[in-house]
Amino acid sequence: MPEAMGFFTDTTVCIGCKACEVACKEWNQLPAENGGIRELSGDSYDNTRRLDGIHWRHVRFIEQFSGPYNGRWLMMSDVCKHCVQAGCIEVCPTGAIIRTEFDTVVIQSDVCNGCRACISACPFGVIDINAVAGTAQKCTLCYDRLKVGLEPACAKACPTDSIQFGPITELRARAQKRKDQLRAQGVEAQLYGADPQGPLGGLNSFYLLVDEPEVYGLPRNPKLPSRNLKQSTSFSVASAAVLGVLALVGLRKRRMDEQPPSLS
Amino acid sequence: MSDTFFSGAPHWRWLIILYFFVGGLAGGACFLAALLDWFGRPEDRPVVRTGYYVAAWGALISGLLLTIDLGRPLRFWHMLFQSANLPALMFKGWSPISFGAWAILLFGLFSVLSALGAMAEEGRLQTPAFHLLHRGALAKLVVAVAGLLGFFVAGYTGILLSVTNRPIWADSPWLGALFVASGASTGAAALMLLAPGRGATPRSLEWLSSFDSNALVVELLVLVVFLVSLGSVNRVWVSVWGLLLLVGVVGFGILVPLGLHLKPARFGSLATRPVVNAAKLVLLGGFLLRLATILASEGIDRYRVAVGM
Repeated sequence: MPEAMGFFTDTTVCIGCKACEVACKEWNQLPAENGGIRELSGDSYDNTRRLDGIHWRHVRFIEQFSGPYNGRWLMMSDVCKHCVQAGCIEVCPTGAIIRTEFDTVVIQSDVCNGCRACISACPFGVIDINAVAGTAQKCTLCYDRLKVGLEPACAKACPTDSIQFGPITELRARAQKRKDQLRAQGVEAQLYGADPQGPLGGLNSFYLLVDEPEVYGLPRNPKLPSRNLKQSTSFSVASAAVLGVLALVGLRKRRMDEQPPSLS
Repeated sequence: MSDTFFSGAPHWRWLIILYFFVGGLAGGACFLAALLDWFGRPEDRPVVRTGYYVAAWGALISGLLLTIDLGRPLRFWHMLFQSANLPALMFKGWSPISFGAWAILLFGLFSVLSALGAMAEEGRLQTPAFHLLHRGALAKLVVAVAGLLGFFVAGYTGILLSVTNRPIWADSPWLGALFVASGASTGAAALMLLAPGRGATPRSLEWLSSFDSNALVVELLVLVVFLVSLGSVNRVWVSVWGLLLLVGVVGFGILVPLGLHLKPARFGSLATRPVVNAAKLVLLGGFLLRLATILASEGIDRYRVAVGM
């Protein structure tokens, strides 16, 4: 069985060229939005704005400016995290979402029926409906390319190697080395999702960040949706039991009221 | 900020809101009908039969709404069978949407059987086999299963919302309990409105009214606990949905009908037909509860996109 594969995205070398977005769209034949007439965001140079069913890669622009000459750009090529413990797989009622031999997470479009449970289960807001297909879609980590020994289109197109593809263990070692290098230079670098003991058992697409995760639109502590299942079920059963008892007590009271008073 | 604010909205809108309302109402009505079937008196039979009709129609409409809402409606059966491995069943006990699909199917089956029994009881079905569905042990078993499945359908929708990563829904484990209570109160309200037309006696309606009061109190208590459990996430209610929850659900959907049940004289023109008016308001409140809960969370997605999250 092949080893776990994934992405390490070093955000410090991303230049926001969006070549990855284009390569992803082209390889996966994803349709244009609104017939290609893009609505500009109006407050950012980032007009893609988010990941969804027709944008499986999104170069996020974080424009931290407090004046025209005081600030910085942060850029991050965002994608499905291919979580080791994936919330989308957990909830999918059709079995359309599977884990592949590369330890990646793929939605089988011919099985998905568009119920959209996976969209709300993903803690990262990665999945959305592809209106053309009528099914939920997201990055497949170019499963078709991996099967024939090619690297994913986005990593291939990235001109700065911000997106690095390879075996997860190798990528983790590389990421740690890069973090240490940046820290030695005084940069507050941190890895997000690289720890297999961390949230969701680690992410097979992880990041090197130079600010807090929330700044990049990433939850600090992503969780599985099933965390609420037991408690929510218990409270519902308790509520049903209380109502059932109240109904029975009401019936008993009615019966008692109907009985003639005892003479003794 | 809660980690739930980074997730995407599933676009569950009007069809799902309607399904949550109809499913809850049908489930609650079926539970009450089954309870009266088992522990009530012969004079309660019109209410019992009405409950089964409401449940059967509600289950059928629910299934239809759910199917239409799918991105690929013709693949609805993928939730029940493994499409690539027929006839293997598709079931995930840890996924509310998976066990919910089975619950709706089985609730539909048992509520329709119960309704057929009710029709046989009314003499509308003459075939002897149908009489087994309103007399004897088999009938009692069928309605008991239908009633339990009804309460399950009423509550699982709240659990389904909790088992996500969305703001409000996943920030509290109390939505299932809230929807169970709301299903019970709306189920009772539907019976209070429909059963008189089928010959319900004043004593049956009195019991329904009394139960509805209790269910509304439970609903109010659970709603308060739900809001408290949301903590800082409660700021999302500073919106039109918060107003709807406060005025539409708490005010008109719970407190006014509760007042109409307990002290009708204080409600002026509404007091002329207190039970009917209370029932109508409970139904409105039940619908608005689903509407506010779902759209308040769905609306956060616009904010998320606007700020490039």
